[in-house]
Formats: sequence, structure tokens, C-alpha cells
Amino acid sequence: MKLNKATRFALFSVLELANNPERHLSATDIANKFDISSHHLLKVLHSLVRARLVGSVRGAGGGYRFIGNQKRITLLDIAEIFEDIRLPPVEAEAADDTEIGNALSQIMHEIDEITIATLNSISVETFLKTMHFYQDDLPKSTN
Amino acid sequence: MSSLNYHNLKIEKLQKTVESMSAKAINNFLIRDAVTNDISEIVKLDAQNTGLEKNEYWKAAFDRFGNGNGGFFLVAESDQHFCGYILGEIRAWEFGSPPCGWVFAIGVHNDAREMGIGSKLFKSICQHFQQVGIEKVRTMLARSDHLNMSFFRSQGMRGGPFIQLEINVSE
Repeated sequence: MKLNKATRFALFSVLELANNPERHLSATDIANKFDISSHHLLKVLHSLVRARLVGSVRGAGGGYRFIGNQKRITLLDIAEIFEDIRLPPVEAEAADDTEIGNALSQIMHEIDEITIATLNSISVETFLKTMHFYQDDLPKSTN
Repeated sequence: MSSLNYHNLKIEKLQKTVESMSAKAINNFLIRDAVTNDISEIVKLDAQNTGLEKNEYWKAAFDRFGNGNGGFFLVAESDQHFCGYILGEIRAWEFGSPPCGWVFAIGVHNDAREMGIGSKLFKSICQHFQQVGIEKVRTMLARSDHLNMSFFRSQGMRGGPFIQLEINVSE
């Protein structure tokens, strides 16, 4: 599964900010850390502020900080601000009414269900508490 | 790194957020082997959580896994009040899987949730598995079971190399 760019930026931001909820970070701080576009990140942060996951303070010493509930907010909750992950396709795919097309759709649905259940089972707190478990298992680039 | 090593790395108590009668005594809870007298409480708690009263199942489970027979059947109690259970066994060579610990039931009383009891039960059963040389602990649960999915994730469990499959064989 590939998350869209805005979702990835949102996850980077929320998780980085939640890792130290007392700390304020600017969009530039976050953009530099993850080597992403600060222009695009600002739009994402604006959406996170509207969703009340992130608070912003203007002026010196200001910036963004996490204001959500770490135990309750899941990766799915964050992703859904930017993608219609739970929604089935609005229009049926071509050939869905054929035996092969229908079976293929059901297999893709099965994969989607696993993805959704996984994202929904990982809270911000769980992510931060367990992320170090994954450090030895990063897939190696084949390039 | 094995999942048990993962577990040893991360033992971190869940924040205590629930004020209840159980909370007063919860600092003093203990994990012990299940005994016959626990079965009725386990049946009751399981029925609260699942909506099904399975007397015969739990009696059979105790006969099979209690008293250290073929598995680990542990309960949590606080001031001699039952507040949770966990059940697991060692499975081996299912489609090439070397012996692993398999957790297939856990329950914590509603009033005693979010106090670290589930974590303590899970840690205890992992230690039992570890003591007999097991390096991996696995479980299987419904995708829709958000409560248990979140719990096991919070313990450091993650998707493993096996996948559950099923077929409908009814007419």
C-alpha cells in the first residue's frame, strides 16, 4: 500500500510532534527533519490544526505542537483526514460484473480490509512506544 | 530480533487513567496459575466480553492447559479478587513453523481495564514461554476486534509471516 504524500507528511508531523508534546516545532523544523517540501507541509499542518490534532502558536517560541489524545488517535484517523481510506470505490471498476473481475475486486477488498485494520489498531502512543522494534527490519533498497 | 526480546525491551506500564474500586488495590495485583475455582469467574468474564457463556469450553481448556499441562493458563487477581486471565500453548511445525508460543485467549474485567493488567498477563505468559526456550509468540484474532488488535499492537506484536485463510464448507 502507498499512502499519498499529504498523508505521509501528516503522519511525520503528528508523530514527530507527539513524541514530545511540550515542544513547539516550526514547519521548517519538521520539513528539514524529513527532507520534505515546507510549502506542501504548511497546507498539511493547516488541515491538522483544523482537525484539532495539532495546535499552533504564533510568534517567537511558537510553532506547532501535538494536542490530540495519544492513546485514542490512530494512524487511520490521521490518514482519513487526507484520504478516503474507508470508502469503497465510488464507481464500479471495469469488468466488475464478470467472474474474473468480481473475484479480483474481492481479493483487493480483502487486502484493503487488512490495511484498514492494521492502521486502525496502531495508536499514536503505540507507534511511538514500539517504533524502535522496526529499526532492524527496514527493507533494503535494491537500487 | 525475536519478539520476546522486543517484549523485554519495552516493558512500560500503561498510564493509569481509570479511577475505580479496583484501582485502589491494583498496585498489589498478582499473576498466578489458574486453579479450578477460577473457572466460574473466567466463564463469567468471557461471557461479558463475548456474549457467549461457554462453561464446557473453559472446563475443557482448564483440563487441557491448566496445572502446567500442555500450556499456560494464568489469572490476575487483586486482593484475592479475580480480574483477568490469559491462556496459551506451544504449537510446533504447523506448515514449517518451529515451536512458538500461541496466545489464544485474554480477558480483563471491565472495571480493571487500562491499569496494566493485560500487559502484566501478557508479559508473564511470554516469560513462561521464554523459560521453555520459545523465541516467538503469536496470536490470531478477528480484524474487526479493535480492542484486542490495539492491545497486542501496544505490546509490540506485529504482522508475522503467516496468514490466516478459510473456506466455507457448509452446503
